[in-house]
Amino acid sequence: MAKVLVVTSGKGGVGKTTSTAALGAALAQTGQNVVVVDFDVGLRNLDLVMGAERRVVFDLINVIQGDAKLSQALIRDKRIETLSILPASQTRDKDALTAEGVARVMQELREKFDWVVCDSPAGIERGAQLAMYHADHAIVVTNPEVSSVRDSDRIIGMLDSTTEKAKGGGKIEKHLLLTRYDPARAARGEMLRIEDVLEILSIPLLGIIPESEEVLRASNLGAPVTLSSPDSPPARAYAEAARRLEGEKLEITVPTERRGLFARLFKGKS
Amino acid sequence: MSLFGSLFGRGTKTSAPVARDRLQILLAHERTGEGNESDLLSKLQAEILEVIKRHIPVEQEKVQVKLDRGNSVSMLEIDIEVPQIRTPGRP
Repeated sequence: MAKVLVVTSGKGGVGKTTSTAALGAALAQTGQNVVVVDFDVGLRNLDLVMGAERRVVFDLINVIQGDAKLSQALIRDKRIETLSILPASQTRDKDALTAEGVARVMQELREKFDWVVCDSPAGIERGAQLAMYHADHAIVVTNPEVSSVRDSDRIIGMLDSTTEKAKGGGKIEKHLLLTRYDPARAARGEMLRIEDVLEILSIPLLGIIPESEEVLRASNLGAPVTLSSPDSPPARAYAEAARRLEGEKLEITVPTERRGLFARLFKGKS
Repeated sequence: MSLFGSLFGRGTKTSAPVARDRLQILLAHERTGEGNESDLLSKLQAEILEVIKRHIPVEQEKVQVKLDRGNSVSMLEIDIEVPQIRTPGRP
């Protein structure tokens, strides 16, 4: 049975697209069939972060409006066979997304894939609501920063009231993904600590992604960080988060740089 | 990364030039106002299909359109699965 995830946050720039790409790739690397879906109509970027921007022919809106079949709009990743992307439209606006159209496409995606990972646009309006509507499970991406935590709180409220699950009297599964975390700054009292954020938002933690240069490098190259530098701390944190999504019970840690003997001898503490 | 790290570390240290090249190609396409490229592509697909259908039965599902945008040249690949054509009256 397919599982639909929404990666959401309210606030922009906290790492939704990065996280969608990294988690999607990590899930697909375990051999499961995964599609990542860009819901940011008008401002698509998942294609760019995934390195598929030159191969976009049709998009979600084309499928919704019947101009193209779903199979024609899906782009197969060149690195991982079981990973596909469904891009958003760059030229239409979000009003082209109809509730019925999205429902139809989501149903078809559920039949084809094991995991459907929806990258939500920022904000709390129509696009964000449609992205979360069909989700079984929400990943709330939050930075340890006051405005991000506040917006996440707002989004959590919406997940519990305006989604299909919530309307049917059920409860949508929710997890927190803390991104851009800097343990040293948190220890010095310069950054909200994990416990602070968890206490305020009171949803379970899926993972902690440390602040890292590798994330920018990955988007420069057009590869999910789990593929561009799989041994880096953020990649390991995403890979572990993906295993937790698959039901594994793993202790949550903040991965740190693995350094060889040479680096340690010559560089000391970085 | 230190000098030592850049000498002995990963060979692909500078990712920014890759990012610049990718953006230049992408934005060159997006700025030229061929915004509704997908409309053009769906039109092309429909018309090509129409021509082929005059001669052989083809399902819309069996058509794949692939694109690879390059710096100066883009590749449009239209893949049509053609069913076996029975040639009548063969001994």
